[in-house]
Amino acid sequence: MMVPRGVIGASLPHESAHVHVSGRAHYTDDMPLPTGALHAAFGSAPVAHGLITAMDLSAVRAVPGVVKVLTAADIPGDNNCGPVLHDDPILADGLVQFWGQPVFLVVATSHDAARRAARLAKFEFETRPAVLTAEAAMAAESWVLPPVEVRRGDAVGALASAKYRLQGVVDLGGQEHFYLEGQIAIATLRDDDTIHLNVSTQHPTEMQHMVAHALGWRAHQVSVECRRMGGGFGGKESQSSQISCAAALAAWHTKRPVKMRLDRDDDMTITGKRHDFRIEWNVGFDAEGRIEGLALTLASRCGFSADLSGPINDRTIFHADNCYYLDAVAIRSLRCKTHTVSNTAFRGFGGPQGMFAIETIIDDIARHLGRDPLDVRRLNFYGDSRGTQRNVTHYGMKVEDNIAPALVEQLARECDYAARRVEIARFNASSPVIKRGLALVPVKFGISFTATMYNQAGAQVAVYSDGTVLLTHGGTEMGQGLYTKIRQIVAHEFGLPVEDVRLSPTDTSRVPNTSATAASSGTDLNGKAAQAAAQAIRARLATFIAARNSVPPEHVVFAGGRVIAGSEIVAFRDLAAQAYRARIQLWDAGFYATPKIHYDPHTMMGRPFYYFAYGAACAEVALDTLTGESRVLRADILHDVGRSLNPAIDIGQIEGGFIQGMGWLTSEELWWKPDGRLMTHAPSTYKIPAVSDCPPVFNVKLFEGENVEDAIHKSKAVGEPPLMLGLSVFFALRDACAAATGGPVALSAPATPEALLRAIGGLETPAEAA
Amino acid sequence: MSARPIQFYFRGAIQQISGLPATRSVLQWLRDEASATGTKEGCAEGDCGACTVVIGERDDSARGGLKLTAVNACIQFLPTLDGKALFTVEDLAADGELHPVQQAMVDCHGSQCGFCTPGFVMSLWADYENRAAPPTREHTLSVLSGNLCRCTGYRPIIDAAASAYGKPRIEFDRAPVRAALDQLAALPPLEYHGESTRFLAPRTVDALAHLHLAQPDARLLAGSTDVGLWVTKQMRTLPDLIYLGAIAELRTIDRETDHLVIGAGVTLNDAFAALVAEHPAWRELAERFASMPIRNAGTLGGNIANGSPIGDSMPGLIALGASVVLQRGEATREIALEDLYLGYQRSALQSGEFVRAIRVPCKPTASSLFRTWKVSKRADQDIAAVCAGVAVTINADVVVSARVAFGGMAATPSRARVCEAALTGMAWSADTVRSAMQALDADFTPLTDMRASADYRRVVARNLLWRFWLETGGESTTPTRLAEVSA
Repeated sequence: MMVPRGVIGASLPHESAHVHVSGRAHYTDDMPLPTGALHAAFGSAPVAHGLITAMDLSAVRAVPGVVKVLTAADIPGDNNCGPVLHDDPILADGLVQFWGQPVFLVVATSHDAARRAARLAKFEFETRPAVLTAEAAMAAESWVLPPVEVRRGDAVGALASAKYRLQGVVDLGGQEHFYLEGQIAIATLRDDDTIHLNVSTQHPTEMQHMVAHALGWRAHQVSVECRRMGGGFGGKESQSSQISCAAALAAWHTKRPVKMRLDRDDDMTITGKRHDFRIEWNVGFDAEGRIEGLALTLASRCGFSADLSGPINDRTIFHADNCYYLDAVAIRSLRCKTHTVSNTAFRGFGGPQGMFAIETIIDDIARHLGRDPLDVRRLNFYGDSRGTQRNVTHYGMKVEDNIAPALVEQLARECDYAARRVEIARFNASSPVIKRGLALVPVKFGISFTATMYNQAGAQVAVYSDGTVLLTHGGTEMGQGLYTKIRQIVAHEFGLPVEDVRLSPTDTSRVPNTSATAASSGTDLNGKAAQAAAQAIRARLATFIAARNSVPPEHVVFAGGRVIAGSEIVAFRDLAAQAYRARIQLWDAGFYATPKIHYDPHTMMGRPFYYFAYGAACAEVALDTLTGESRVLRADILHDVGRSLNPAIDIGQIEGGFIQGMGWLTSEELWWKPDGRLMTHAPSTYKIPAVSDCPPVFNVKLFEGENVEDAIHKSKAVGEPPLMLGLSVFFALRDACAAATGGPVALSAPATPEALLRAIGGLETPAEAA
Repeated sequence: MSARPIQFYFRGAIQQISGLPATRSVLQWLRDEASATGTKEGCAEGDCGACTVVIGERDDSARGGLKLTAVNACIQFLPTLDGKALFTVEDLAADGELHPVQQAMVDCHGSQCGFCTPGFVMSLWADYENRAAPPTREHTLSVLSGNLCRCTGYRPIIDAAASAYGKPRIEFDRAPVRAALDQLAALPPLEYHGESTRFLAPRTVDALAHLHLAQPDARLLAGSTDVGLWVTKQMRTLPDLIYLGAIAELRTIDRETDHLVIGAGVTLNDAFAALVAEHPAWRELAERFASMPIRNAGTLGGNIANGSPIGDSMPGLIALGASVVLQRGEATREIALEDLYLGYQRSALQSGEFVRAIRVPCKPTASSLFRTWKVSKRADQDIAAVCAGVAVTINADVVVSARVAFGGMAATPSRARVCEAALTGMAWSADTVRSAMQALDADFTPLTDMRASADYRRVVARNLLWRFWLETGGESTTPTRLAEVSA
């Protein structure tokens, strides 16, 4: 067991748990609205691609309660909510580029009236041909951003000389975030041309900038606040800006507070999702399964605009190795432009798709050679970081702490992989209808924003004269436990119980120029910034009390709510009061910038990541070969969080990530009609895992170790990496398919009952012929 | 009947509501009118459970004479609360002390973003109130089948359900609530006028029959698990509503010599409990049918009268030879369930006629074989791609009769008559089943939609017939269902 470090490393409950369970946690929609507040709803266009030639809004305006109807012409500043390129209108101006794209905004006295009115517009379109899939975009060479290529060695030569070669193509579906709390913003004008917004967002600073641009204002006129989100998962990084801008525009036009809350169906239609991919590969390998050459095409459906598709697809490239050394490799990354909703950040940010690609390839190699896929995985692991062989990634970063082999061996031993493999084979041999499958899949995930500049954070800590602490930082709370961990970090610096430390809502007017709470970096960045601020205050308090006791300040101890300097023991609250009277500054700001990282976006070479987080999962499944339905029977997980700041929170992230990843690859299917209309736009049709999908045997453990880098208290980031543990379920299903067919498997994701039945040939060969 | 306000028990007092639309949801009322924001909107269609509340109803068979069930507030119209009690998450820790289910959720780390948490707490509380002993894992899965969580992966919440029983038990004092509901029971039947829609809640079948005859265009409303969405999703303005939930006569299950007679107002949970007792083959489908809060609110009569092509109860009932008792004015008639469906959302119900009861033949002879299955993307709370009901009677290894019905294969739940013909009179053998499977192609031309392709539906319909053979005649000794397999 790890040695407890007081409040650091303690399994404290989520700082809001007691208000969550009693219904007293306030989300944006729970805030009391000022008198006269209005409600806004988008009106959208029912065509995938077309020019609006006529738009009649008279019926919309006639609905009782409608106060204002706004179109693109009513935007005083920029009609754009694209975070990188200027290609994402708040309200489409003539050209409609996906089915359901917002084209006007209704402002009414009630949420209901706004929604009812928004349906009454009459349009005439000049329809244009719609490109709907990555495959169609590839044929049309339709891109939102130019293709990117990364090469190392001579992939063509290696493929030509390899003993074995395999080619393949696989379709990998997207994923809806399905945060339980939909997108929402409340905009309130304040005096002298300023505006305040309460937004459910992972990126308050970007909301601030986007709203300022839309109004034609400057940044210091806009403040954005978020206490908590009811889930984010990447879906409230860039995607909350369209809602924020709309609320702000409506408030500016009506001079009244405006709330904009998307109904679930509108939310799922209007906001982007995880990128779906078409993956094509050509791999060469030796008789044991060692990869010698790889040519890989990763084509993603970006939708109609760039949004964050550039860095997302970059991360797909960076994670196309997972834990494996790729010697001669050529990767082509295609960022397809389609007439569908603009896809966006989602937990893993492109990484999961890269890892899906290489794991599919490894699995195919193993089945081609008749080997256990785990053995082929082991064979291809990166080499020892102390050596000179096989330990540099295809983007030029040395893998300095390769714990994947040790972690995988520990998990394989503890979950009894080898014996179960034999037992399952025996079961399958005598079970014609139900087939079981097993897979153990490792995960390596790079931690840092790949755009180096975002790896910075700030915090403000205040000690009041009664010894209580209030702090704020640039990160946002979406359930991941960021506030809980930061509270622990600051309480630890002052030697206080966590109850003496509170966090105030994240607010751009208190900590400026923040980065999105994304890339798993929330605690790494904001924790260090908050620690720096607390340490600055503590140093002043130490100097103050050390002077009167004639001891060196560094010998002053802050613990158990007391401060000890030589023979003097004083309650922290008394020392705070004394320091205040002595006119000592009891508040401070902290700043942090991640060291060591650098990366050239043109060559795609460098060290984009401060470190890697690792994990592995072993899943066992059962497949019904008559219907394609499946169940997870057991999952075992061993995951690396360095030295855990809060094991309970970390295990919560691991379990939740695993289930979310499993959902992505199994039941969560996005389905469009041929006219480009998304038909799975509510939980009635889009199926995230439900309670009975939780594996009946579910063993989750933290890997013992610590971060080799100087991350906060030697911990590691945990937000995104566990999502990819869900790959184990997909590959266990692939294993079950192989047991059914006895041959190679072509299984697309998500592995719905239909996809599984197709993969085992069940759609062509009815059961009775078997 | 004369108009009066809606009256229900809430926060220790009787609330009187007037001046709001009849289709105002309980959730909207809580959040917008009662400033009770602990109950959340996640989907407004009864699929996520963030809005779960607990309803209390008079029931002499329940402890303290009060039955407590969890339902989705987002699709319950406010007038349906008349005469009942409403409990929300704020009721549980009114004095500041967390209830054991709340404390267990904290201790087990059962909340992350916390948005779904009040709904989980209410589902857990309803179950805690209804059982003294800790639940099995399987029971908890059933209790929580209507609550989605996107953060935790559910494990800590499943743990919390049992862990609550490790704390000193707190039982809710039902007596004052029952007393208040008794007082409300003395009120005349509810006739509520809300904007354009009137809400009428007769208390007898006679009154219902007369009302419906007088107002054939009024919409009959039971659990509102579908009609609720007409308002929240389709934004329809509804005609007058005649509510069936206040009619005790419709909520009875009677056992006749050879039939089970299920009143049209019996909830899905109660109806399935009775069906499972007759035919264990119902068990798996009963668990997979929607979710606990939907089964608490929705009725078997509603599922049948609504007549969706993908309604889960009908294929099994049709296979068993169930019939429906219809009433119009004072006249009643009985028709075979399959004859109720004339086409897509078209039924044999005449103007002013309603479903009064469902009559299901009791357990047939030992040589009668019956199975019903649902196939969907997700095990729980999903809509079937294909639903099957198969009943075959064998005599001396010959199929004497066969009733095969499917949902998801046509515009209505329907019998596969070509398939039935291929079975009837034939030797009960694999070859017979194979030809019956082929025959299904002549019965159905399914469609492709977001739930499944036409090809998938066709193949799975056949394969379910094959599973029927494996389980009942094929002497299969190996598992034929996922539920039979564990790690």
